[in-house]
Amino acid sequence: MQEFMNEMIRRGKELLSGGAVQRVLGWKKGDLGYNPEPAFFLGEQDLDEFVYDGFCGANLSKFMIEASKMEGKTLVFLKPCDTYSYKQLLMEHRVDREKSYIIGVGCSGKLDVNKMQREGIRGIKSVEEEGDVLRFHTVYGEKECPRSRMLLERCHVCKGKEHQIYDERIGESEETGDRDRFEQVRQIEAMEPEERFAFFKGELSKCIRCNACRNVCPACSCRKCVFDGSQFDSSQKANADSFEEQMFHIIRAFHVTGRCTDCGECSRVCPQGIPLHLFNRKLIKDINTFYGEYQAGVSTDCEMPLTDYTAGDPEPNAAERGR
Amino acid sequence: MFKTEKAKLPALLEKIGEARDLIVPVLRCGQVNFELWERESQADLETLKTSKSPKDVFFPQSETLYSCIRDGKKISVKAEELRDRPFVVFGMKSCDVKALEVLDRVFLDEPADTYYQARREMGTVVSLACREPEETCFCRAFGIDCAEPEGDVAVWMTDASLYWKPLTEKGKALTGLVEDLLTDAGESELDEEKENIRSVCDQLPYMDLSLEGWNPESLQEKFDSPLWEELYRPCLACGTCTFVCPTCQCYDIKDFDTGHGVYRYRCWDSCMYSDFTMMAHGNNRTSQMQRFRQRFMHKLIYYPANYGGMYSCVGCGRCVSKCPSSLNIVKVIKKFAESSGDEGRGGVRP
Repeated sequence: MQEFMNEMIRRGKELLSGGAVQRVLGWKKGDLGYNPEPAFFLGEQDLDEFVYDGFCGANLSKFMIEASKMEGKTLVFLKPCDTYSYKQLLMEHRVDREKSYIIGVGCSGKLDVNKMQREGIRGIKSVEEEGDVLRFHTVYGEKECPRSRMLLERCHVCKGKEHQIYDERIGESEETGDRDRFEQVRQIEAMEPEERFAFFKGELSKCIRCNACRNVCPACSCRKCVFDGSQFDSSQKANADSFEEQMFHIIRAFHVTGRCTDCGECSRVCPQGIPLHLFNRKLIKDINTFYGEYQAGVSTDCEMPLTDYTAGDPEPNAAERGR
Repeated sequence: MFKTEKAKLPALLEKIGEARDLIVPVLRCGQVNFELWERESQADLETLKTSKSPKDVFFPQSETLYSCIRDGKKISVKAEELRDRPFVVFGMKSCDVKALEVLDRVFLDEPADTYYQARREMGTVVSLACREPEETCFCRAFGIDCAEPEGDVAVWMTDASLYWKPLTEKGKALTGLVEDLLTDAGESELDEEKENIRSVCDQLPYMDLSLEGWNPESLQEKFDSPLWEELYRPCLACGTCTFVCPTCQCYDIKDFDTGHGVYRYRCWDSCMYSDFTMMAHGNNRTSQMQRFRQRFMHKLIYYPANYGGMYSCVGCGRCVSKCPSSLNIVKVIKKFAESSGDEGRGGVRP
């Protein structure tokens, strides 16, 4: 990855200096070795702070909504799975293709900082990635572990190396998928209703209504969310009771059904470690069952399972009968 | 100063938990957070930081203040009862204990917030020294010593022992409850442990963060800085930083319509949210840049201006590890220091 980071910087500078783009959307070096932040780079010099490593998990496609309202073109670096989100936003007319210059970048899986913490790796001074080895220099000594063990959940069910949309590409990708995408969903489906309810109640009771899942989600692109309305009794931060958290997440999951590309950002950012992707994945699995295999963000034609009516569509009670 | 074997910790918790409501860090669905102890709780005092701060023990995320009940043409108003049962919160770290001081100044200032006041009076704080502080910690920047926690009782856990030091009258009363588990110990037995903790702090990257330049006098200069425009960009406008923060104290008051009355409740608010401080005329902060700036100006300028120079950040580092975009107060402070153009001022030592 490090090899082609320099190429990314070089291309960024070239396109900026030639005036082909007005800004570059990428990731800026952090100060802890694992905390880069999404950033707009305006000048060639700014790109000296550009970074691309295993900690650049943030999906930049949603920032393109904002960039599409800015003057001129934005060069954006998208990983293969990020391109699904961009393409979905394009179909929904939320981003402007004319104002985007997309460089598809290679990806060999991104790293989960929470997993590092759970493994007791703390006091980190710097991190090195070398092939499949992650080396941590910490105040408590040197630590090492296989990179593949620290991958984000979404990388274990990787959608593949193909970029769905791009103007040019830099760097090679590696397939990191080693799990069945729907395995966890099947396990939950197999639970007794009481057990399943207890599982979700336990997980959702941790919710603090910070709205990070919603705000990071590329499918959540409404100009004003229903939960931000002050007239609504269950608005934003307020929880009259724990049921409201459940309602918030279930409404959100239904609203993004058919549009969610399963990018996994919701679970990556949840400060309470709620496996939110499970809701989305259950609904994706149901769509596959009822309407045939469908992956959001692959095609830009508007025939989506839930917005396109056909005479052969299942009846409303199909979900109930389906299981 | 007293001590007991570390293996007696479960017995200690049980003893307290049977006599009083006991609130401890508990592992639930993969996360450690403060909650009411029960016999089957998986208490976890090894994890350095809980995901959320323990501030909701004293200032709950959501609480009913009073309710209005309609009965035909009659409306009765019933105030929520104040906390009147003593409780113990066990395992608060130095930073989180210090954060109570920040909250106290806001809520106990005249007119005192009676809901908060009652909880503070009923609560006994057992603090716990940090063993292995992390790279995200910067309590020392605010004059906090994680090897010497405050509170009503201070506790240290070494490999084999648990040290117990009552610091206040409340602490002495609690000590009476558990004294048959404790034996006398000398203060100096902890010297080495404290030394170790402090030497780890010496090596942590954020500990010597300098706050130079962050004072009420520089309000206008900081407010007008063009840096905010750059700093806020990656902010997703979620409330994570404010909701995991031990000192964020803003709240909103709302009515919940029950159909035959109203619960008037308050809940944590976040300056990151679009309806923050919304008034009848609209909102006085209309952009995310302004809302983002508010958070740091409040912690580093407005609060110190109102409360004798005390900052309303305690360096717990939760926002550092939880922000989805890896933004945080440290990056803000460093950015201002870098841009001050004055070498050697502010920021982190090289």
